Order: sequence, then structure tokens, then C-alpha cells
Amino acid sequence: MLKDITFGQFLPGASSLHRLDPRAKILFLIAVIVFIFITGNYFALALVAAFIIALMFASKIPLKMYLKSMKMILFIVLFTGIINLFYGKGDPLVQIGFLKITEAGINNAIFVALRIALLIIASSMLTFTTSPTDLTDAIERLLKPLGVFHIKIHEIAMMMTIALRFVPTLLEETDKIMSAQKARGADLDSGNLIKRVKALIPVLIPLFVSAFKRAEDLATAMECRCYQGGSGRTRMKRLRFGKIDFYGLLISIAVLGGVILCNIFLPAVVR
Amino acid sequence: MNIIETEDLSFVYGQGTPFEKKANDRLNIQIKEGEFVGIIGHTGSGKSTLVQMLNGLIKPTSGVVRLCGKDIWEAPKEIRSIRFKVGLVFQYPEYQLFEETVEKDIAYGPGNMGLDEEEIRRRVLSAASFAGLRQELLNKSPFDLSGGEKRRAAIAGVIAMDPDVLILDEPTAGLDPAGRDVLLAQISQYHKKRKNTVLLVSHSMEDIARTADRILVMNKGRAAMLDDRKNVFSRGDELEKMGLRVPQITRIMSQLKKMGYNVPSGVLTVEQAANELHSLLGKGIFDE
Ligand SMILES: Nc1ncnc2c1ncn2[C@@H]1O[C@H](COP(=O)(O)OP(=O)(O)OP(=O)(O)O)[C@@H](O)[C@H]1O
Ligand SMILES: [Mg+2]
Repeated sequence: MLKDITFGQFLPGASSLHRLDPRAKILFLIAVIVFIFITGNYFALALVAAFIIALMFASKIPLKMYLKSMKMILFIVLFTGIINLFYGKGDPLVQIGFLKITEAGINNAIFVALRIALLIIASSMLTFTTSPTDLTDAIERLLKPLGVFHIKIHEIAMMMTIALRFVPTLLEETDKIMSAQKARGADLDSGNLIKRVKALIPVLIPLFVSAFKRAEDLATAMECRCYQGGSGRTRMKRLRFGKIDFYGLLISIAVLGGVILCNIFLPAVVR
Repeated sequence: MNIIETEDLSFVYGQGTPFEKKANDRLNIQIKEGEFVGIIGHTGSGKSTLVQMLNGLIKPTSGVVRLCGKDIWEAPKEIRSIRFKVGLVFQYPEYQLFEETVEKDIAYGPGNMGLDEEEIRRRVLSAASFAGLRQELLNKSPFDLSGGEKRRAAIAGVIAMDPDVLILDEPTAGLDPAGRDVLLAQISQYHKKRKNTVLLVSHSMEDIARTADRILVMNKGRAAMLDDRKNVFSRGDELEKMGLRVPQITRIMSQLKKMGYNVPSGVLTVEQAANELHSLLGKGIFDE
């Protein structure tokens, strides 16, 4: 079912990661991405991986959910890994026709695959532990300085909130419409490409009709409550940096230090 | 002979996630050919989940559904043919309409069965008349119909497949009282004429009392009762505990009986009650 897609889903909980300030979480995610990309040898990579695995446990999200979100990307991870395997410089260890595998190639493959995997896990962690509204709220705050360039940050954030809010609704609706058409004998998963696309029409038309209707209803409801954009709007839930965010910051700095030390004092791998 | 039979049928939503929810729990149900069975239960008791398993839209987490004695999931590739035999009209089926005209929309199911033009046309007309859809509506766009007409068009779309078992999930939800009465009468008539099996899901006891021969009571994912309607309604106290009520008129009549008047128990419809009271009036019992 469509609902089995876990990437980008929010899983409510009370772990320390759930309680972090969403702005801090976004910044930490950016920091972790930087860590992942500045690693120059296996020690540094292992350190970042250990950090992320520790966070996975701290998030109290079942391991299964992470695996599920990896499942969709697994193909890309393997594909880029294998391509990289053949793209190393140096003396070939194995030669198959014109394809040669070198030490650098193996290193490349491992690094690329692990980096993508860690990246996916870290970003799923953000969405698993942060509600969509908190997330867009945080993005709005972080992007606020761009307001100087007359970019309508609030409007963009509002559109993102609404879009995110309606993703599960639309998925649910798609599921429902698909079921209803299947009950009338629709054959949605066999035949060639053209046949499949054609079979989707009975699903897409009702979906668009209801999406437009929803959009109209929502617009009316917002207008009835005097929504007029960002200016002068106050907030019910104020974001505040707390103790826990401070600890997060300390740990991140420690990890960053560790990665840099590993990079400087231990030999870089052949790439 | 049992047309539908389930054995320890269970369904769990979101298995393995924090949202895990057991919607159906070890159901053992037998439904005979040609019966009209009402399915009733509180919101969230698992009625919709059950009926979706009966026509193979969702696969049981465990347990078996048998249609005419054969496990419907024996050959998963053939599941589409099961859906033609067990027609399911969803709760609020209006959203499934998509064609340019009502006629084409009703023809979608029969078209998927691979029937020829002439047969499809014949089925569309007969289904429309069973569902009480006026002829002149057939050439309109389904999006221009009223809510009640859309509902009828969607029901006709399933009837047109001429299923052996017709399942309707809350067909009267959101209709006005008059529209509800007409639709229920039409479904009863369809059952009488076609003589096939009908399952009607509803949480209105009145609706079920008026139409069904037997009643399946669902409670928290389990089958609490499956019995003739008189037997079910005589267990009013248990029903109340499940958040259900026997029809108002049944309660009034049993109250009268308790007060010592000579009325039969298990009166289910207002018409029946009126007749009983008339005959009492004739005997002059209420005169003093
Ligand atoms: N798609 C779904 N995902 C997760 N849980 C679901 C889903 N559909 C139903 N449920 C849950 O399963 C249980 C049974 O739902 P079901 O729809 O079968 O109830 P119902 O008896 O049809 O209720 P109603 O009278 O409100 O239609 C409910 O507790 C519901 O929350
Ligand atoms: Mg339901």
C-alpha cells in the first residue's frame, strides 16, 4: 500500500530528539551532512556512523522504520556504489575486459554507498521526530533574514505547511479511490506501460476533483478566519532554545572535533 | 449452502509500526446463498475492514475467506474475478465517479469484465433502474448530479457487474430521511428480484431491521452475534452495552408489553407496530 512509504513520515514520540528545538534539528542535520562529506578516512567515517547510530537509538524509533526508508533508496545506493567501483585510478587489482577494479575504486564505492545511506538515515531522523508544522515553522524562522530581499518567506512556509499537511490525506484518498476502482475490476498493476497509464485515469480524475475541492474549501475556511498573510501575525507556540539544545550543540562540536582530528592525524584513504 | 465463509479471519493495520491496530480479530462467519444479512456495529468496530476482505481488496493478516467453498486467495492472480463475483459499494462511493457521462461511468465495471457493447448497454439500463436512477440522467456528467443521485450512480456502477454477492457499506450515510427510505426499499427490491446475496453495512438499527433477515453484530473487531434479527433484537441489553440500540419502535413495544398489554415481542417496524396497536384498539383495550 502507498502508506508503507516511511520516508518523510512523522512518528510522534517523547524522545530527547523529539524534544529538540526544530530549528536546532535542522541546523544539526546540516552539520551532520557536512561531517559526512568532510570525512577523509575510515576512522572519521566510522566516527560519524557511530554518532548517527547512537542518535538512532536516542530517537526511540523502531529500527524497522529506518530500514523501510532505506529500502526505497537501496537501489540508488547499490547502483552508485557499483559505478564507483570501476572509477578508481591506480593499478587494477582485478581486470574484467575493459573494467578494472582498483583499491581507490573499492574505497570510492564504500565511501559513496555509506555516505548516501547515512544521509538518508539522518534526514529520515529529522522527519521521523519533527511534526511537519514544526518543521516548516523552523524553516520560516531560519529563512527570515531572506525577507530583506523581498522574498515572501511566510507565504512560502505556509504553502509548504499546507502541502506537507495534505500529503497523508492525499495518499489516503488515493488508496481509497484505487480500492473503489479495483472493486469495479480496474487492473492497475499489469500490462504494458501505456495500458498502465491508461488504467490510472479512473484514479487521477477523482483525485484531482477532490484535491481542487479541498483547496477551495481550505481557502474559504482560511478567509473566514481572516487570514491575510504573514504581516502582524503572532504565534501560539513560540520556539525557544533550551538546555537540551545546548547539549546537542556540545555533542555536535565534539563530533566535529573528532572528525577533524581523524582527518588531520590519520592518513587519508587512496581515492 | 454457504456462499461466504470465513475462518479465523483477522486483519491488522500498519503491522510492525507504532500505529499498529487490530481491526478484525478471528472472525468465523457463515453466510448462506440468497440471504440478506445486515452488518451492524459501533464506529471503528471493523465493518469496513471485514467487507473489504470479503471481496479480496485487502489480504487477511491471517485466516481464510471462502467463496463457494474456495479460498479466494488460492490464486492471487485471479483475484480480479473474485471482485466481479462479490460487488462492493464503498462508504461514500460518490468519489469514484470519473467518466464524462453517468452511462459511461456505470459501464466501467462491466467493461472491465470484457463484455460486449450490447450486453454492457443492457446491464447499464437495468442497473440504473434498480438503483432508481432516472433515464435522462444517464447522459449527464456525473459531476453535475446531486449528492443522492451521485450515490445512486455509484451503486448502479457495482450492480451493473451483476455480482453474486452485493455488499453495500453504509449506502444511506448522509442522505435525507426520504432518500434513505427510497434507497433501502430499492435495495430490498433488488434482493427480491435478483435473489442473490446482499450484505448491508449500517449503524442504523432501523435500516437493518427493515431489510435484513439475519444480523451480524460487530464489536471491537470481533463478531459478537450472528443470528436471526428477532433473536438479535431480543438481546437489547447486550446491544446497549456495545453502544448500539434496538429500533425505537421495538423498545416502545417491549415497554408496552412490560406494562401488561398483549402485544407480541420483537416488533421491528413502525408499520407492524401500527397494525398490532390497531387490532388492540379494535378490541377496546385502550378505551378506559
Ligand atoms: N487505513 C487504515 N489505516 C489504519 N487504521 C485503520 C485504517 N482503516 C481503519 N483503521 C482502523 O481500524 C479500525 C476498524 O476500522 P473500520 O473502518 O473497519 O471501522 P468501521 O466499523 O467501518 O467504522 P465506521 O462505522 O466508522 O465506518 C478502526 O479503529 C480504524 O481506526
Ligand atoms: Mg466503515
